[in-house]
Amino acid sequence: MNIVEMKNITKQFGDLTANDNVDFELRKGEIHALLGENGAGKTTLMRILYGLYQQTSGDILINGKKIVINSPKDAIANGIGMVTQHFALVPPMTVAENVILGYNDRFVIDRASIEKKVGEAAEQFGLDINPKSLVRHLSVGQRQRVEILKALFRNARVLILDEPTAVLIPQEVDVLFETLTRLCKEDLSVIFISHKLDEVTKITNRVTVLRDGKSFGTVNTADVTQNQLAAMMVGREAFGVKREVNTSSDDILLEIKNLSALDNQGLDCLKNINLTIHAGEILGIAGVGGNGQSELAETLCGVRPVSSGEIILDGVNLIGKNPAEFTKAGMGRVPEDRHEGVVGDLSVYENLALEYLDEYSNNGILDRKAIRKNAEDLIKQFQIKAKPNDMIRTLSGGNMQKVLLARVLSREPKVVIAPQPTRGLDVGATDYVREQLIKQSKRGAGVIMISEDLDEILSVSDRIAVIYEGEIVGILPAHEATPERLGLLMSGAVKEN
Amino acid sequence: MELFLVNLIAATLRVSTPILLAAIGETFTERAGILNLGIEGIMFFGAFVGFFVADASGSLWIGFLVAILSGVLSGILMGLLSVSLGVNQHVSGLGITLLLTGLSLYLFRLVYGGRSTPPSIEPFQQLTPFNDIPIIGPITQQYFLTYVTFLVIIPLAWWILYRTRFGLNIRAVGENPEALDAAGVSVYLIRYLTLGIGGGLMAAGGAFLSLASLGAFSHGIISGRGWVAIAIVIFGNWDPIRVMIGALIFGGTNALQLRLQAMGLQLPIPYETFLALPYIVTIIALVLAGRNASYPAALLKPYKRE
Repeated sequence: MNIVEMKNITKQFGDLTANDNVDFELRKGEIHALLGENGAGKTTLMRILYGLYQQTSGDILINGKKIVINSPKDAIANGIGMVTQHFALVPPMTVAENVILGYNDRFVIDRASIEKKVGEAAEQFGLDINPKSLVRHLSVGQRQRVEILKALFRNARVLILDEPTAVLIPQEVDVLFETLTRLCKEDLSVIFISHKLDEVTKITNRVTVLRDGKSFGTVNTADVTQNQLAAMMVGREAFGVKREVNTSSDDILLEIKNLSALDNQGLDCLKNINLTIHAGEILGIAGVGGNGQSELAETLCGVRPVSSGEIILDGVNLIGKNPAEFTKAGMGRVPEDRHEGVVGDLSVYENLALEYLDEYSNNGILDRKAIRKNAEDLIKQFQIKAKPNDMIRTLSGGNMQKVLLARVLSREPKVVIAPQPTRGLDVGATDYVREQLIKQSKRGAGVIMISEDLDEILSVSDRIAVIYEGEIVGILPAHEATPERLGLLMSGAVKEN
Repeated sequence: MELFLVNLIAATLRVSTPILLAAIGETFTERAGILNLGIEGIMFFGAFVGFFVADASGSLWIGFLVAILSGVLSGILMGLLSVSLGVNQHVSGLGITLLLTGLSLYLFRLVYGGRSTPPSIEPFQQLTPFNDIPIIGPITQQYFLTYVTFLVIIPLAWWILYRTRFGLNIRAVGENPEALDAAGVSVYLIRYLTLGIGGGLMAAGGAFLSLASLGAFSHGIISGRGWVAIAIVIFGNWDPIRVMIGALIFGGTNALQLRLQAMGLQLPIPYETFLALPYIVTIIALVLAGRNASYPAALLKPYKRE
């Protein structure tokens, strides 16, 4: 029995076809994966089902009956709930207030009674949450539970989860999977959007694969291998870049000693950090977002002042120098926020010269010829799919990242700092970026790769440091690391140093 | 000295009323994520409409109600620009202030242009419920609208924001409109409603000046009270009770400086210093409170489903 049927769904945004005649069927009580790369149209399809978009053409049937969904209100009325990637929660309000938001039939809100109701519901569905807590104080995993509770509280029979594990540590993923399996026994049906093959094979009953907005069929999870799924998803067999040879030498290139710094609120965000990076080494820094990673990267390129400690590059202490001097000394940072690292309304060739205007100007007049020459060389060398005159903001995320990489790496810095280098990129661009980082290490540079993606950390690093609440809670060689061990460190449950 | 204090308290309540009405209106719109810089113009327009309609109809109350209506419509205009069309809130708000200020002055000239003496009407009378009791008597000698503002509007505003479904929706839309949208409530509807209510309160503040305080309308009738109200909202951290305290501080300083001027002290400083006092106090209060201000997270951001 199909609880949801989506037939010939097409969705166009201007010239772009995000969904092209997609069919999707969901059986009662199953966990059904919607698998595909970034931009394959998974989220668009589900936003249509939840009423956040309207399809250009095609039909939606719930329990065999054709319905029109114009807004989330209609979707909720039809028993559909969705947990979006960016949680739709209001941080300064309590869990109870968030859960009843838009779902309270009385004008006057009696706090005690809604807290009781929400508490009872949480217990009934086995979701461990205090209804009185402010959402602001909750961890990401807890917030996700609030979102699930919100949907179930509205009597959702179909639950859409958009990349639910992207923000979780492995232990939280286990809890989520247990919850979902249990709820499905009570006839809840789950749509699980993902691009992670191991999760899909672990938890789902069936898989529908989307590629370039088209459906590439639905299969029983048990009947396929991960490689087959990967082939369906990206159109080629194996994928992924792996570090094969460790090129680390024994020479210490960069030494970070007892480094501490304050965040923008004036609170301690980096506490007594000690790290060494060898020439030719890739050091991965793992951690749940917001544990001081951004501040660490900023400190290492001189943008954020330190409160104490030393940063010694090739025997020279860089503390007290300005960002330009950091760069000159050999620190190269690929900006974390792509859009902040470039000027969208300037052209590719201007952006490529932006940090080195001194070298391209005579007495304040820009040498446009040299700048263009530089751009043409880099575009070729880094395979940027753009012309020198194109505005940066018209580029895809992957190409924008290539521009940034080209700008930093063409200077052959001694140390490359790459915070979240592949966030939001598709598989092809991700591979490219990882290859570039490995290439840098082969050249003899030290690479500090900060990432929230454990797969990335595990496949690219030589050594892995874990950061938790501004402290390095463990450093281990990559071959000793497992997702579980890193997960424990990332959650602050254990310390290994 | 006792008389001085009693009069000062009474005057503080009176002077605070119009600013407080406008500031509560602004509190609502900002809580919903809209900085309504039309506040100065809406107050001005409310003052004019109230005066004109009261003059023409002979009823102060009809004038007051039509003024509120004009404020509601102005709020909806703000919604049209900043919510539906997604225009930058600074631009649309200042645009509305310019529009309504100009329109009010134009209409004022059109209607009353030929007169040699400025037009005036008999304003609202103050209530004197405890006339015979010392201290309490003079303090409680206030306009009916002042009573309504402090005893009804403030508690009601607090109750709506924190204890009703509507208030929950307002707070949610100002923090994370996506949450409200995903919960099946119309973001636009809540923002429009809030802007309408806010506009009505702003215009009521303006009309209080022309219909109660002065019984007249003039170019300088608002003279920046709308901007002060915005500062008070920040000072009050978007909470009706704290906003009331902010309005009382401004009103109190204003009442004080008027009295200091009237005392005719022979001081070596020009009297304009006194005039500036309430604004200086506002700036200081804002600097002190503003550092810890927790702005509604979605303030200034138009909402669109991607």
